Amino acid sequence: MATSSKTRLVEEMQKQSGQDPNGCFQCAKCSAACPVTAAMDLLPHQVIRYLQLGLEEELANSKTPWVCASCFTCAARCPRDLDLARMMEGVRLVMLRRREGNKFGPADLTPEQLAKLPQQALVSGFRKYNK
Amino acid sequence: MPRTGVFICHCGTNIAGTVDIARAIDASRNFPGVVHADEYRYLCSEMGQDLIKNAINENNLDRVVVGTCSPRMHEGTFRKAAAEAGLNPYMLEVANIREHCSWVHRDIEEGTPKAIALLRAAAAKVALNDPLDSPELEVEKRALVIGGGIAGIQAAIDIAEAGYVVDVVEREPSIGGRMAQLEKTFPTLDCSACILTPKMVEAAQHPNINLITYSEVEEVKGFVGQFDVKIKMKARSIDPVKCTGCGVCYEKCPAKAPSEFEMGMTKRKAIYVPFPQAVPNVPVIDRENCLYFKKGRCQICAKECPPQAVDYEQQDQIIERRYGAIIVATGFDQLDPSSYGEYGYGQHPDILTALEFERLFNASGPTGGKVVRLSDGKPPKKVVFIQCIGSRDKARGMNYCSKICCMFTAKQAILLKEKVPDAKSYVFYIDVRTAGKGYEEFQRRAAEEYDVAYLRGQVGKIFPEGDHLVVHGVDSLSGKVVDIKADMVVLAAASIARADAPEVGRIVGINSDSYHFFNEAHPKLKPVETHTAGVFIAGACQAPKDIPDTVAQAGAAAVKAIGLLSKDVLKGEACTAIVNQAECSGCLYCEAVCPYNAINHIEIEERYHEEMHKRTVAEVNPSLCQGCGSCSVACRSGSINLKGFTNEQILAEVDAICLQR
Repeated sequence: MATSSKTRLVEEMQKQSGQDPNGCFQCAKCSAACPVTAAMDLLPHQVIRYLQLGLEEELANSKTPWVCASCFTCAARCPRDLDLARMMEGVRLVMLRRREGNKFGPADLTPEQLAKLPQQALVSGFRKYNK
Repeated sequence: MPRTGVFICHCGTNIAGTVDIARAIDASRNFPGVVHADEYRYLCSEMGQDLIKNAINENNLDRVVVGTCSPRMHEGTFRKAAAEAGLNPYMLEVANIREHCSWVHRDIEEGTPKAIALLRAAAAKVALNDPLDSPELEVEKRALVIGGGIAGIQAAIDIAEAGYVVDVVEREPSIGGRMAQLEKTFPTLDCSACILTPKMVEAAQHPNINLITYSEVEEVKGFVGQFDVKIKMKARSIDPVKCTGCGVCYEKCPAKAPSEFEMGMTKRKAIYVPFPQAVPNVPVIDRENCLYFKKGRCQICAKECPPQAVDYEQQDQIIERRYGAIIVATGFDQLDPSSYGEYGYGQHPDILTALEFERLFNASGPTGGKVVRLSDGKPPKKVVFIQCIGSRDKARGMNYCSKICCMFTAKQAILLKEKVPDAKSYVFYIDVRTAGKGYEEFQRRAAEEYDVAYLRGQVGKIFPEGDHLVVHGVDSLSGKVVDIKADMVVLAAASIARADAPEVGRIVGINSDSYHFFNEAHPKLKPVETHTAGVFIAGACQAPKDIPDTVAQAGAAAVKAIGLLSKDVLKGEACTAIVNQAECSGCLYCEAVCPYNAINHIEIEERYHEEMHKRTVAEVNPSLCQGCGSCSVACRSGSINLKGFTNEQILAEVDAICLQR
């Protein structure tokens, strides 16, 4: 069990999401609030616990970050004012960049393409579901 | 020419680490008026004080500057030492070269010149110091306790037993407070009323205690030893002297209203006592719900009252009284959990707060002591308790732990099992906190002997399904989602400050934290004092706390008040304002800004061009003045000075820092 306080994944996730998993005291309100726990192998509060412990590989093998529907109920209910939905998104982004790398950068596009470029959310959506 | 001595403290390495003491001593010798300079490792020690005293005598010093820690720490120590050597204590100045200098610098090259500048300023100021005397103030030997819960009752009894008269002002018609609402107390499970009512009766019968119930403090003026207080006695509509407490009036009264004591779960009459053991046992008429006051007809209570004690004509009364000390013991409220939508509080009769659930156990409560569901009157077989509703919740509630919920939940789960032997309790918790004598053992008994299932986790939603309430939560330790078909849900809602705590704080002149709990003067060493001299705090108005802590704090506050009342005179503030009446233009801005009502205006006569003229000028009452300096700032002509902090002294300090390098 890798328990170094901050691994690369946690650091990058934190940069992406602006959320510090150490603010969590594991009350599990997020898991109680989450509407899709039935489809998860790790409960939402366990994802934060894994982040606190730096259990990178275990997280990489979990379905939970990909099952998360970003409904933000966890964020609305969290008594510590943490946004777990953002953390999940942060984990997904880090995973994707590691696995897939960036598909293309702004330099690969022509000025005409750049002018028509869709919203950033769409771009990240393409990247996320690109097989 | 002044003969000033400068003494610099090393404070171990606290000061000497970032201030070159030798250089500071050398520089001090060259300040105007300085005839002696010395240093010591710990100037506040007895040896250090002796060093100052001896130097005063040997060098015939008439003024002293000490370069030490903050005057808040040791100004008193050094002034006392100077006085023992024969100086007026106000001929000593403190240059704060620790908090203001050595602690905020890392580099000795930065710290040293700043320390020298601060010492130079103090030497320049002390050269202009005059000897000052503290006025003596009389102490009114009477105490006021605001709030008649267990804290107020205990404090009043302790003060009364010490031989001083004490008034207890209680807003409700009866004393007793929150403790009167409880059925049992943890961790001993003794009946709350059985231990509280003897104290209520003792307070009522004590010759030194006056209970002023159904009343509120409206105004507090004055200062330690002499607080002038206005108390509003709301019209009770009953003559307490005639009333025998027979209870015929509220038996016959036809008008009803929700009972505040039962938190609206049942109704009381418009003429009522809040609970059977009420002290004083004198009813009040709630004029908003009384048919006679609403519609001008009825008067059944007056007709039925055997001693004819009902008096519809009674008016609110204002009592004005002087007190030497005040204890604030106004208690706490329970958070209303209806803002937490996921729990459905207020939308289903079987979802209760802990205080409401507590009342179900009480023989005089809304169910006559039967623990049953309010929806169908059946005893609940499965009860889910949820902890930390609004506590430890910085997003939607209070960031603090309410401290008492873990214990009262264990108590209620045990009581439930005793009343309904086949009931099963579940407790959703974040952490179980049981610090306290016998507390951990008590909570373990609940889990081990009373079959209470503790689930570490929280609840996401509660929804009705047939006769039941489905509680959807998580047990974080097993990592399982759980759905419990419960008959009843009990919410441990956070303990919060009274809604009107800010108003009480404003009236009494004490401050509070961001949650509106009253602030103690020091979190460790002055737990019952406030920043306002003569005002003390006790009980849950300071922070959530249980009964043993409340009673201990009430005793502590009483001791502080007794200590104050036992003095015949207090030393007042020596640094008071003084008006130069020759220059005063009589604009009286000072009178308006003075927070202590210490400034009045008088007419003086003066000769001008051979004729006598009358003129209005300001005058300071030095026994009321607290030396805040507001008047001195407001004065347009600069004719009010604060003794010990005169404009000339302050400017001398500024010049000493700014004009010399």
